[in-house]
Amino acid sequence: MGLFFHIGRYTAFLRQVLRRPERGSVFRKLLLEEMNGIGLQSLGIVALLSVFMGAVICIQTAHQIGGWIPVYTIGFTVRQTMILEFSPTLIPVILAGKVGSNIASQLGTMRVTEQIDALEIMGINSANYLVLPKMIAALACIPFLVILSMGLGIGAGMWVGVSTGVSSVADFEYGMRIDFNAFDVTYALIKTCVFALIISSVSAYHGYHTSGGALEVGRSSTKAVVYAVVIVMIANLLLTQMLLG
Amino acid sequence: MIEVKDLSKSFGGQSVLRDVSARFLPGKMNFIIGRSGSGKSVLTKCIVGLHHPERGSVLYDGRDFTAMDHKGKKEIRKEIGMLFQGSALFDSMTVLENVMFPLRMFSDESLDQNRERAMFCLERVELPDAGDKFPSELSGGMQKRVGIARAIAMNPRYLFCDEPNSGLDPQTAIVIDNLIGDLTREFGMTTVVVSHDMNSVMEASDNVHFVHEGTIAWHGESETLLSGGHPALDEFIFASKLMRQLRQTLRP
Repeated sequence: MGLFFHIGRYTAFLRQVLRRPERGSVFRKLLLEEMNGIGLQSLGIVALLSVFMGAVICIQTAHQIGGWIPVYTIGFTVRQTMILEFSPTLIPVILAGKVGSNIASQLGTMRVTEQIDALEIMGINSANYLVLPKMIAALACIPFLVILSMGLGIGAGMWVGVSTGVSSVADFEYGMRIDFNAFDVTYALIKTCVFALIISSVSAYHGYHTSGGALEVGRSSTKAVVYAVVIVMIANLLLTQMLLG
Repeated sequence: MIEVKDLSKSFGGQSVLRDVSARFLPGKMNFIIGRSGSGKSVLTKCIVGLHHPERGSVLYDGRDFTAMDHKGKKEIRKEIGMLFQGSALFDSMTVLENVMFPLRMFSDESLDQNRERAMFCLERVELPDAGDKFPSELSGGMQKRVGIARAIAMNPRYLFCDEPNSGLDPQTAIVIDNLIGDLTREFGMTTVVVSHDMNSVMEASDNVHFVHEGTIAWHGESETLLSGGHPALDEFIFASKLMRQLRQTLRP
């Protein structure tokens, strides 16, 4: 099916999703469940990847500098890489795989087992009931995960730099502070919020519109991750040009 | 009463329903029967609003469902209960939460009152002790009964059952059929059952609509089913050896 078909259906889907929830109490309960699933249960993987990436960036930078390039560049590079690109872009890409596939397969299974039809028959706006809590939970949790990732990555970079002797604490801290622009963090968080919405809505779109059986649920899950990652990359380029260009 | 008038529906240019008209009577077990792919499930989905027909209308006690806006349809849907082929219970909820779900969403009663109503429904389907179990812990027959309990939780005027005894053994199937029949009479609901199981049709139906190639090829009371006279209906009914033997014994 054509690109315009999907754009049209995605827009109609979002119009269904972005409505006032039927029951506030039910919505709050679902939101907390989703925040647990999207946020808390992603803490481990985000922390692990951030620590290793910060450490690797530190070692790679130390390997490349020498001669006239000052040692504090290590702290500077780790900070800039984590804040500008690794945490706000790669963490959402990884979450697109973890959270996106989970959302798509959950909704896809509900679709093929007629659970979504059951909601519709009861007079419930199924897209709003199922997807809005996921989108808001993603919007609330992913920026926190990204901030955590920045801190852990920079901390791990410093720890590895100091413990391997490529940098002193003072040099690393100096590099971390030099030429710091607070807007970089704002830019990163703006990107993260947009990516959180893309990941949750695109994967929900694919899961919600699954038809067929178990095979199609698997395909929807794969498509959800692929499309979410591609759209995140395109949005990354556009946002970077708009905000930093 | 549910009335269907000149309903037509097609998918990708292929006509599935053609000018279908039918009446489903209150307090009766109205069966829609037909071969797989004949259009009976599409007809049911058009009646409940899961599919949008190209032409025709569906009237719920004179109220034109197809012409209604979203709000009107929502009000009618609160009067509809549906049992799905695969039960369609919510996996993440316990049995009690499943039955309470429509009450929590739409009822203004307190949580205790909703729980009481859900327990009444579970008792009515003879599953009073299953409340804390998850759907995956239940047998197919028990899942169907929970599906029925959820469908009647809001005290609906209209009950739809899509292949209610598919995948069940004949004895359990009869239990489910009889339960639906009892509830229909007890609550005076207009019940529409989609089935291709002749045992079920013979056991529980009051009125039968036979769908063939997208049209209602025959309709009448269940007593007249075996002498229907429509070639496609005869072919459908007497497809099994058991039914052919029955026909032999019925012939003078």
